[in-house]
Amino acid sequence: MSWQAILQAGALALALFITVPPLGNYLAAVYGARHGVDRAPGERVFGPVERLVYRTMRIDPRREQRWTAYAASMLAFSMVSVLGLYLLVRLQGSLPGNPGHRPSMSPAGAFNTAISFVTNTNWQWYAGEVSASHLIQMLGLAVQNVVSAAAGMAVAVALIRGVVRAGTNQLGNFWVDLVRTVVRVLLPLCLVFSVVLVSQGVVQNLRGDRVVATLDSGASTTQHIPGGPVASQEAPKMLGTNGGGFYNANSAHPFENPNPLTNLLEIWALLLIPFAMVGAFGRLVGDRRQAKVLALVMAGILVLITSLASFAEQSGNPRLNALGVDQSMSIQQSGGNLEGKEVRIGAAGCGLFAGPTTGTSTGAVNCAHDSMTPLGGLAPMVHMMFGEISPGGVGVGLMGLLIYALLAVFIAGLMVGRTPEYLGKRIQAAEMKLLTLYILAMPLALLGFAATAVVLRSAHTYQAGPHGLSEVLYNYASAANNNGSAFGGQNTATTWYMSTQGVAMLIGRFFTIVPALAIGGSLAAKPKVPVTAGTMPTNTALFAGLLAGVAVIVAGLTFFPALALGPILEHLKL
Amino acid sequence: MSTTTAFPGSAERPPKVRTKAPATSTLFDRDVLRSAVAGSVRKLDPRQMVRNPVMFIVEVGSALTTVLFLRHLRHGTLQENLFGGLVAGWLWFTVLFANLAEAVAEGRGKAQADTLRKTRADTVARVRQADGSIVETPSSALAVGDRCVVAAGEVIPGDGDIVEGIATVDESAITGESAPVVRESGGDRSAVTGGTRVLSDEIVVRISAKPGETFLDRMIALVEGANRQKTPNEIALSILLAGLTIVFLLAVATLQPFATMSGAPQNIIVLVALLVCLIPTTIGGLLSSIGIAGMDRLVQRNVLAMSGRAVEAAGDVTTLLLDKTGTITYGSRQAAEFIGVHAVNPGQVAEAALASSLADETPEGRSIVELALQGFGLAAPCADGAELVPFTAQTRMSGMDFATGRQVRKGAADSVRRFLEAQGAHVPRELAPIVEEVSKDGATPLVVIDRVPGEAWRALGVIRLKDTVKLGMRERFDHLRTMGIRTVMITGDNPLTAAAIAAEAGVDDFLAEATPEDKMALIKREQAGGNLVAMTGDGTNDAPALAQADVGVAMNTGTQAAKEAGNMIDLDSNPTKLIEIVEVGKQLLMTRGSLTTFSIANDLAKYFAIIPAMFAVALPQLAALNVMQLGSPRSAILSAVIFNALVIVALVPLALRGVKFRAESAASVLRRNLLIYGVGGVITPFVGIKLIDLALSALGIK
Repeated sequence: MSWQAILQAGALALALFITVPPLGNYLAAVYGARHGVDRAPGERVFGPVERLVYRTMRIDPRREQRWTAYAASMLAFSMVSVLGLYLLVRLQGSLPGNPGHRPSMSPAGAFNTAISFVTNTNWQWYAGEVSASHLIQMLGLAVQNVVSAAAGMAVAVALIRGVVRAGTNQLGNFWVDLVRTVVRVLLPLCLVFSVVLVSQGVVQNLRGDRVVATLDSGASTTQHIPGGPVASQEAPKMLGTNGGGFYNANSAHPFENPNPLTNLLEIWALLLIPFAMVGAFGRLVGDRRQAKVLALVMAGILVLITSLASFAEQSGNPRLNALGVDQSMSIQQSGGNLEGKEVRIGAAGCGLFAGPTTGTSTGAVNCAHDSMTPLGGLAPMVHMMFGEISPGGVGVGLMGLLIYALLAVFIAGLMVGRTPEYLGKRIQAAEMKLLTLYILAMPLALLGFAATAVVLRSAHTYQAGPHGLSEVLYNYASAANNNGSAFGGQNTATTWYMSTQGVAMLIGRFFTIVPALAIGGSLAAKPKVPVTAGTMPTNTALFAGLLAGVAVIVAGLTFFPALALGPILEHLKL
Repeated sequence: MSTTTAFPGSAERPPKVRTKAPATSTLFDRDVLRSAVAGSVRKLDPRQMVRNPVMFIVEVGSALTTVLFLRHLRHGTLQENLFGGLVAGWLWFTVLFANLAEAVAEGRGKAQADTLRKTRADTVARVRQADGSIVETPSSALAVGDRCVVAAGEVIPGDGDIVEGIATVDESAITGESAPVVRESGGDRSAVTGGTRVLSDEIVVRISAKPGETFLDRMIALVEGANRQKTPNEIALSILLAGLTIVFLLAVATLQPFATMSGAPQNIIVLVALLVCLIPTTIGGLLSSIGIAGMDRLVQRNVLAMSGRAVEAAGDVTTLLLDKTGTITYGSRQAAEFIGVHAVNPGQVAEAALASSLADETPEGRSIVELALQGFGLAAPCADGAELVPFTAQTRMSGMDFATGRQVRKGAADSVRRFLEAQGAHVPRELAPIVEEVSKDGATPLVVIDRVPGEAWRALGVIRLKDTVKLGMRERFDHLRTMGIRTVMITGDNPLTAAAIAAEAGVDDFLAEATPEDKMALIKREQAGGNLVAMTGDGTNDAPALAQADVGVAMNTGTQAAKEAGNMIDLDSNPTKLIEIVEVGKQLLMTRGSLTTFSIANDLAKYFAIIPAMFAVALPQLAALNVMQLGSPRSAILSAVIFNALVIVALVPLALRGVKFRAESAASVLRRNLLIYGVGGVITPFVGIKLIDLALSALGIK
């Protein structure tokens, strides 16, 4: 790793240290407030807006829901969103707000896109700037960037309530949690962040493509430069861990990510809320050390993976070394493996972005992951395979790590001679059933579809050799974990990939959220076991190690054979 | 104080020193082992195997590899056939070893059940009819409510309560305790068990259990594990193991397409070997043995758990309710001091106390006599013409009326005070402080009074009866506290006495002047706070609390109602055993958790053995993952399979004996077990597989 990368990482860590705790406290206040009883901060500003929304949507904010109703509301909301977005992109060509005359999408493409944005995946089989109109970008994609993130956060809050509450079947009201998140958290943050981005040169306009003559003054040498409402989408893209870029080049594009400051700010923005949710968790369960343990595990895995990616990229390609090519960093060059990189970002900077973006289910990229070295590419791939827990998507990342915590508690808790318990809640057969369903969903979608894809002749759009397997594995890992980053080099704009990745995204999102909500419901009904010396402590460094170990072992054991034939073999072949 | 002849019931008996459980000596008893081997083959029946999904998968894999091996036999090279045959063979061994573990665990119970069954032989019962006549009926035809007459030398035909008479009964068939016990009608010692023998006297027993549902029948079923059901925690763990199995099934099934794509399609035998090595066979194979062995460990401590659920609950207990008398203290209060009131000297008190206690046959009474005779050198008073006044429920005092007309009495402080007041006698002002002082120390004050004819009753002084806390109780409670278990002492004593004893014994809390209702309320309160409560009890009035408690241990000497209400029965009737029961419960869960961790941790090494071996030919670059430097691809895979089978056998003793238990906080237990079974589980297979590989290479497997 270069010293610049280390410096950037240090600045990033500092920025997070300063901003995460206050946001965590704010989130805890927002979610902990009972409607009409407690006054959450900013009531004077947000209260009237919320009440207006409740009135128009006919929501009784005082009424709470059981887990089934909560899950049903979340599913209904997502389904309507998918349908709405599907119609929008299917009809794009005939709708206004389309100065660039983008055509409507095919059914398979629209299916994929609708699911992709509703599930917070933001997988893009298409190139954004030439496929989506301004209307779609603003009304469809940007809206989903905000509400899909809010839905994920709401679900995490419901799970936390399950842990905190005792002897009840009420987990809160999905609609209230959703509205609060949008009104009090995401919209204000996005507003500020968009303005900051615009100030740094991120584009924001409603014009069609600008046609310019190039310096090469021939008659036919004109260039179409697409602009649009970029900054307003870039903010939720990062803050809501979405990652769907306005441009195909995503955060490598100078209109999305114009300078070193925005690069750093974008990484900061995608880590901010996932970590702050952990802080809110600590507040809500009344034990901040519990939250610190979770944050430590998240940060530990994140740092490890990011370092691996940065280090591998900065070390460059050994084959080129053998040819006598100088890949070291010097005053003239940033060095490292520069294939698929923006030179202004560099090899280490690519790794520094790749780690957080795959640890958070964001999937925005500032370099081509397909062009990374085998180990450099392995890092983000494995990061997703952990199940997006370091620190994961907004809300769902915390949810995922809590599920792993229950698993760790179950195995280790038995070892201390008691029915395992987490934060006073006994983990029994009902929770283990749901937990098993949760754990199975992602590998099933990932390995199942990937194995089928390599068997099907029609799905053979990947390269030959182990790199081809890496592409297939990466792309399904991205879909099944709702990440959305792509290992380019493989054409996924075929009907097979568009539909199976769509299904994988649905499985990765809803076959995890529904069991997690059910676990929340089951935990909420249980009494709280008092903490004694016989209780296995879950707020110690030992537990942090155990939790990280369980997460790594579960993912490692599941994916090691496949990885051995993909990136590991590719690396050993170098 | 009771004047009925006191028999050494549970309360007075000193805690029995438990002879070391013969767990290890019978572990590989030859007979047990022989029938277990046969049993392990019988258990191969797929209909039985399917109840254990992990091992069922192994059995299916074994069958599949056997078929593939046989089909390939004619075309294969010697090494290929050797490999196929050995893999198939060792996979079968894996299943058999797991079955063997279960059969050994069951076998130990079966041996016990056989012994019990011998005592269940059909006997002839003499049933007394309504008109008083006696009809002889086979014991298997008895009905609930029948009244059977049982004389000395006869076997009691069924479970019931004595309605008439008193007898000594030999219960050794059930408890293994050779000393006879006394059973009598009425009260808390009225229950008798079918199959036990009356040694003296004659009793009438009202039958309370249908033939086939008696205590002995239940006991046989329990130790045999006939209708053993999975316990809640076992179910939860089974679900996790099934989930892991599915994950590995997925990983291995999808490996073939990936391998084919990479130009290295795999032999199915190799894939099955990989799958079996990865799925948690170690814990899957030993899970049921651990449960059976846990029950067995209780049986060896002479405790019968009515369900495995109760054993598990014992591990979760956070509050122990312990009766003071008999559990925390020896229960026999001893006279320690005579204190005179005002000008009365201790010698005078001793004289009066001696006289008043001659009629008192209780241990307390005898200890007063002893102290007076030995401590004060007094001689037994001349009892000529004197009249002994026994304790009655009305007076609540005992004493003596001398021929001279002098009367002495002694009794509990408040009854004596009430008596004096009723008699219009003067209660000296110094008395109350002395009584209180004695109480505060945890001792019981008895007040001695006398009256010379023509004068009023006069308080002489106080006898300090001291209850002694059993040796080592404080340490045990300290241990419990480190394990996070709170002890609450239950006593009928007044709060002052209770507080003193509680402080001396080192319990966390106490409930004084406890009534059965108080006890029930306490349990409910603890449970409402999320605590799991364990208690012991023997009386009928304990029954509701025993039923309410999460772990209710009924004393075998107790009433039928208490035994019905509890979920465990202690055949030794030793209330201190509750602590051991908790330890057994914890040990059971710890064993499960530790072996699960070990099992999962093992997989790492197996990957490093098998994955490079699978692709050694087609993708030689992956040889870099062969960190153990195993001899050949075939020997590597075989080594992993053999290790996987042998580790089950190697862990059978641990599964049956349970992991080492120490009274420590959860944090330090976790640290230690994680180190032994987690880190150890990662390292052990690397060593084991390498050693097996060296052996195989030496044997010429290439």
